Amino acid sequence: MTVTVRIPSQLRGLCDGAGEVAVEGATVAEVLKALDAAHPGFADRLFDETGSLRRSINLFLDDEDVRFLDGVDTAVADRQTLSIVPAVAGG
Amino acid sequence: MVGGRHSRGPFVEGLRCRECGRHYPAEALHVCEYCFGPLEVAYDYPGIAESVTREAIAAGPPTIWRYADLLPARAAGAVDLGAGMTPLVRADRLAAELGLGELWLKNDTLNPTGSFKDRVTSVALTKARELGFKVAACASTGNLANSVAAHAARAGMRSYVFIPEDLEPAKVAATAIYGGNLVAIQGTYDDVNRLCAELTSEEPSWAFVNVNVRTYYAEGSKTLAFEVAEQLGWRAPDHVVVPIASGSQLCKIHKGFQELATVGLLDSPPEVRVSGAQAEGCSPVATAFAAGAEHIRPVRPSTIAKSLAIGNPADGGYALDVVRSTGGAIGSVTDDELVEGIRLLARTEGIFAETAGGVTVATLAKLAASGVVRSDERVVAYITGNGLKTVDAVAAHVRPTATIAPTLAAFMAAFDTEEGAG
Repeated sequence: MTVTVRIPSQLRGLCDGAGEVAVEGATVAEVLKALDAAHPGFADRLFDETGSLRRSINLFLDDEDVRFLDGVDTAVADRQTLSIVPAVAGG
Repeated sequence: MVGGRHSRGPFVEGLRCRECGRHYPAEALHVCEYCFGPLEVAYDYPGIAESVTREAIAAGPPTIWRYADLLPARAAGAVDLGAGMTPLVRADRLAAELGLGELWLKNDTLNPTGSFKDRVTSVALTKARELGFKVAACASTGNLANSVAAHAARAGMRSYVFIPEDLEPAKVAATAIYGGNLVAIQGTYDDVNRLCAELTSEEPSWAFVNVNVRTYYAEGSKTLAFEVAEQLGWRAPDHVVVPIASGSQLCKIHKGFQELATVGLLDSPPEVRVSGAQAEGCSPVATAFAAGAEHIRPVRPSTIAKSLAIGNPADGGYALDVVRSTGGAIGSVTDDELVEGIRLLARTEGIFAETAGGVTVATLAKLAASGVVRSDERVVAYITGNGLKTVDAVAAHVRPTATIAPTLAAFMAAFDTEEGAG
């Protein structure tokens, strides 16, 4: 599956300023792993020391919060968009 | 810092990540670029302590800007409609109904656009202008929309206000009237918020008050603590009850009381118990509190308390920490209970609150009944928005006592059995 990952401004330095990066993967976790392989540094920023997704990061698969799906184990379909969004906003 | 105060503005040293402690300059940054933790303003507290006095505050303007030393933006040239210094009223009749003793209400329905949001907006747009922004923007459940549109008009800034499409008609009209761009989104507030968080990366020249300038914005809520302490004769309350949407306001009220002691405006560090209030139809923080959980599980909101309908609250975890560390509690109430809360507040104290106020009063009633809020405590409940904004919530429950012909006979016929009608 090819998935488009939308990159927030805070992380664009890792991928030459690109706002979107296309990578392969069958689950959200695999997509993020592929992103880190293509542009080293992402994993360190997205996951904490224990390997859990940082609580200050929200992931949306085609506009749906992955926590309403199966988290990072959520299966992805071809041409879906995965958005990485800082959680600290609003209110 | 020679002569620095007036040229550089207030006592801001920079920004600091709440999670990992990394430092940043005082720019339009809201999250840590490394770990995405929220950034907090780092102040020069010794400098503030040297500058600030109770007398100087008393001689200041009757707005939040009397506390400028403790805010992250300059008072001179503030984007100001007069937010703050709302009444703190003793509520003996409500206290009697709830079995409480010394109860006070912070009546923030009386801000320029009818909610506490004028405090945070005034700080945010003042800072945004200092930073050179020309466009104001926000994601809003309604009250912030009113406030940002109004303050942007006042400042001559263009504005883009994003709201869920199903907001109360009064909140829509009371935003659109100011002439900025009002964008209704087909989705929940959390959808609106995500869009704005993404838009911030694409429109870095816009000041999204609750996204890229949120660090400064949130500081405005500290004035809810400052004013209460000043209005109580520079004493802190024992217990405060605060509604929770994102959780930011609750955290900043707690921080505000602590800061007053840090800079010497209160004699000793106050021990203020902080309790929170949510609507059952959107109670992720209350649920986590009840479960003893550390993390907030997001929910899909379903409540008439739209101003509190944030299913994925940014500061929920920090609000939990504050409530637990101060010995408070977080309660939740149904939509029927919150409507009853609005009516009880109006009937006993003459204050007409929007749905969030109903949530606060109804939760206060529950916490009082369960003994969490005690009759030997000095209690302050924060009433944060005006009932005229959410008339639809109570319209089905209240109506004229009688509708009659304009004749004495009709009046007598309608009321002659009523005691006191004559």
